[in-house]
This record gives sequence, C-alpha cells and structure tokens, in this order.
Amino acid sequence: MLESLFFLIVAAVAVLSGILVITCKNPINSALSLILTFFCVATFYVMLEAPFMAAVQVIVYAGAIMVLIVFVIMLLNIKTETDKRTSHAVLISSIIGLFVLFETIYFLNRSSLTGSKGLMDSAMIKSVGHTEIIGKALFTDFLLPFEITSLLLLVAIVGAVVVSKRKI
Amino acid sequence: METIAMPAINFAAIMPETILSVIAMALLLINVFVPSEQKAYLGYLSLIGIVVTFFTVIGGWGTPQEGFNGSVMQDNFALFFKGIFLVSAALSILISDQYMKREECNHGELYPLILLATCGMMLMASGTDLMTIFLGLELLSVSLYVLAGFQRDSLKSNEAGLKYFLLGAFSTGFLLYGMALIYGATGTTRIAAIASYVAQNSLAGSNLMLLIGMVLMAVGFSFKIAAAPFHMWTPDVYEGAPTPMTAFMSVGPKAAGFAAFVRVFVIALPTLRADWADLLWVLAVLTMTVGNITALYQKNIKRMLAYSSIAHAGYVLVGFVAGNAVGTAGIMFYMLSYAFMNIGAFAIIVLVGKKGEPNNNVEDYAGFGFKHPLLAVCMSIFLFSLAGIPPAAGFIGKFYLFSGAIQAGYIWLAIIGVLNSAASVYYYLRVMVFMYMKDPVEEFDWLKVSPAIALCLIIAVAGVLIPGIVPGYLLELAQKAVLL
Repeated sequence: MLESLFFLIVAAVAVLSGILVITCKNPINSALSLILTFFCVATFYVMLEAPFMAAVQVIVYAGAIMVLIVFVIMLLNIKTETDKRTSHAVLISSIIGLFVLFETIYFLNRSSLTGSKGLMDSAMIKSVGHTEIIGKALFTDFLLPFEITSLLLLVAIVGAVVVSKRKI
Repeated sequence: METIAMPAINFAAIMPETILSVIAMALLLINVFVPSEQKAYLGYLSLIGIVVTFFTVIGGWGTPQEGFNGSVMQDNFALFFKGIFLVSAALSILISDQYMKREECNHGELYPLILLATCGMMLMASGTDLMTIFLGLELLSVSLYVLAGFQRDSLKSNEAGLKYFLLGAFSTGFLLYGMALIYGATGTTRIAAIASYVAQNSLAGSNLMLLIGMVLMAVGFSFKIAAAPFHMWTPDVYEGAPTPMTAFMSVGPKAAGFAAFVRVFVIALPTLRADWADLLWVLAVLTMTVGNITALYQKNIKRMLAYSSIAHAGYVLVGFVAGNAVGTAGIMFYMLSYAFMNIGAFAIIVLVGKKGEPNNNVEDYAGFGFKHPLLAVCMSIFLFSLAGIPPAAGFIGKFYLFSGAIQAGYIWLAIIGVLNSAASVYYYLRVMVFMYMKDPVEEFDWLKVSPAIALCLIIAVAGVLIPGIVPGYLLELAQKAVLL
C-alpha cells in the first residue's frame, strides 16, 4: 500500500518533469528538469531492487552526462528564442499522438502483456547481491558484448577527435 | 571468494573480427608517424589486413564455429556476408586515397574507421545474441557517422554527418526498445532461446509485447537498410558524404542490416512468420516504388544513386519476404553483385569530379563517352547491371529474388518488382544518353586514373560480368550459406 503510494508520487513527478523538459523555453530549465527525471528513474530502480543501476543512473546520467549538456548549453550561449514551429506541425503531431494513445489503451485492454519472469527474484538478489549478479553476467554470458563495447568507445574517441580537433 | 568460471570462448568464431580490429588499432598508432602526404601507405596496410582476413573467411567455410556461450555463430551464412563486407571495404579503400588527397582531407584515421566499421558489420552478421547484434550495429553506425562527416571543411559533409547521427540515434532507440520488449517477453537475448521459449509457451499471436517488439525491431533494421518510409536520411547523407564513403555506406551497412534482419527474424521469430511477412510485403512494395519514382526526378547523380539504393533495398526485401532457399540465396548473391556495381559507379563519379567542383549533375556527363571511352564503357556496365539487364550480375540477382517470390506464392509482389525494375531503366539509361548522345561541353582533361582506382574498376567490372555470365559457382556458394 505504502509502496504503491510512493510509486505513484514518484511516477507523477517523473512524468511532470519529463513534460517540463520539452516545454521549458529556457534550455537550462529543461536540463534541470531532465536531472529530476533521472533521479525519479533512479528511484524506480531502487524499488525494483536494482541498487547498482540506481547508482549508475545517478552518477553517469544525472552526474556526468548532465554536466556535459549544461556545459554545452553555456558554451553555445543561446539567447534568442529560435523556435518557430508552425501550427500545422503541432496539430498533426497531436493527432498522431492521440491516435497512438488510444491504440495503446485499446490493445492493452484486449490482449496479454505478460512475459517470462526470468531467473532473478527478490530472494535470489538478496542472497547473492545485485552487483555480483551483474558482474558475473558481464564476464560469462555477455563477455563478447562487453569486449565490443571497448571497441565502440575507441571508435567514439577517434571520431570525436576527427570531427572536432582543429588540426589533425 | 567465489571464482567465476570462464565461458567457452573459441576464438575461431571471431577470428576475422579479431584480425581486423587489431590491424585497425595498429594503424591508429602507425598513423602518428606517417607524414600527411604518405597516408596512402596506411590504405595499403589496411588492404593487406583485409586480404588476410579474407583468407580466414575462406578457411572457415563449411565448419560452423560457435563461441562465447552462444553469443556468436560463424556459419556459412555469416561467412558469405563477411566476404561481401570485406569486398566493399577493400573497393572503397581503393578509391579513397585519390579523392581524399584531392579534397585535402586525407587524414589517416579514415582507414581504421573503415576497418572498425567492417568489424561491426561482421559482428552483426554472425551475432546470435541480440546484445552482440546491437553492439555490432552501434560500432558500425558510430564509425559511419564520422565517415559521413569526414570532409570537415565542407558544409555538405558536416550536414550529412550530423543528419545521419541524429536520425541514426533515433532509429537505434526503436531497435533497442524492440529488443528490450522481446527480452521482457521471453527472458533471454539468445535468438535460438527466444524461438524455443516462444514455441513452448505458444506466445505467438497472443502476446502483445512480443508483437510490438518485433515491429519496433523491424523499424530499426529498416532504417539501416534504408527501406521506405524510413529512408528520409538517405539522399542527403549520400549526397553530402565524401563519395568513397557514400560508396562504402551504400553497400556494406545495407548488407549487414539484411544479415541481422534475416537472422533475427528467421531464427528467433519463425512462429510469427505470418505477421512479419505481411509487414515486410508492404515495406517491400513501398520501398521499391518510392525509391524508383523519386529517382526519376533526380538531376544529381549521387542523389539518384541514393534513391536507386532505396529501390534496391526493396528488391532484396522481396527475397526476404519469399523466405525460401531461392529467395534467401538471391539476397546474398544480389548483395555481393550490388557491392561491385554500386562501388564501381561511385568510382567513376569520383573520377569525374575535381576539387571544389564535384560535377555531380547528369548534364556534367555530356560527351563523356567520346572523351574517355573506356571509363564510359565501365560506367555503362555498372548502370546496366543496376538496371538489371543481362548479362550483368544484377540481372541474375533480380531473377533469383523474384523467382523466389513466385515459388513462395507471392506472385503480385514479383510483378510489382518487375514493373519497378522496368521503370528504373529510364533513369539509368539517361546517364548513358548524356554520355554517348550529347556533344561534350567539357574537355575532362583534369581526369587522372590512379592505379588504385584502375584496380578497383577492373575488380568491379570482373565482379559484375563474371557472375553475370557464369553465375553457377557463386549461386552454389550462396545456396550452401542459406540459413534454413
């Protein structure tokens, strides 16, 4: 009871701050709202008994990536409002949005949305530990994807240098 | 202290990827010591690497290798596609040096990026786990974003890179969401395990999560293969990117997208076949028609080839919808011949341009056939093959794609395909009309064929004509590589 009440409050905050991200005129306000959204998502991870994910969410997204976003906004120093969207675009996108919403509600009422429960449950996570499970998965079942990630990061670094360095 | 048991690694399953990535990293280090006039040597080194990798691909033929607890599976299907990727990478590298030198952006990072992109494509072709396929795709995409924007002083190239990046990131979101939903429905990312879970619990048809996941994955892959209505990025990116890189990204990534698309849908979701075959039927018709009709109006030859590449994705989707051995072998044969004919055509485009003046309009080819008869004949061969006129390889490929569709009972799809193919002849022939039937405006005296481009053209012409005249051997290989 208390848990679902807590969930509802956090979910409401998450949705509200998500809406603020795209409606705020000032990019800094958008960025700050995005931080709030990230914190709400981190709270969801805690409630799903995934504390490691929650910590990563806060450290990487709310921390590092947001600093980067705010830094870029400051660097570009956007002052004037450049948003000149036509009313057509707003109208069409809201029609499509409403259509998708009704479609989703209709299908949710009609068919099953259940999936496999998987191996992990609360008891197992408590006995082994959430971080240990992730670590073990990374070094056994997902060893190759883990290694590919290193190549991906290398490409990203090389790409950033190629695209942006003044003289290469 | 608990020890983690090492999984069964089996390096034989990722040998080509390992060699390519090691060479790419070595080239990054060597690049520092190579003066900027001599970056071509990095290209030669990467060509040697590609040839070595090609031999490991040939050596692995016929002996499927599974590795990393089922994360990758190097079977004949994967090996055939790896061959296509290596061919397209090698041909693009051959035409890169002259272009990059002319446009004064011959930075050595080009070659490692091409090799790593190829590595990503290979992981997509042999990945049997959604995670491997996704990361392979990301490795490919991130390299391509950089390669599209590689000409840093050109606004068009910057625009191409940024556009591709923004839309690509967006489509990646769809793909990843689809994969997440499928994981949620089945509790596994291994595609064989997904299939058995769906079959055991008879989820097909009743489970909405699985169905939405499938549709979202189809959207993500369709973006990569440039199928309509997810093709909007193609013309701008192809036009703005440096021409050799356009050649590279019009062939390899498309083939890689198809490899992953086919493997995931055929192996993981065979029980949903009725659903996705209908979906792809519509996509195929839309892609062929939109691509061909828009191509009719193009004046810029790079944009025309971009729309033609959309149409070609449509033809290949026909083979995918058919889903039988003939259609699937047709996909592989067609992608291989497409690599030769498309990169060949782009090689000629590279030659006709000069610094600052890309000469990309069809009018710029007026009288080209009188000034440079040999090059014009090469271009005509590539265009004939793209149009699907015998005896070029493009004809045999289309023949197998469409006959696969007819065998599987998709008569209408085959008819629409053939009609589209007939319409496409118009815009390919128009280039030839300009080359042979108009008086020359330019002298084309700036045109110089470097040995590397000459080699590329010889390989491409051979690759178009030999399988076109004697297709038996390659088709047999493709049929041995079919997943069914």
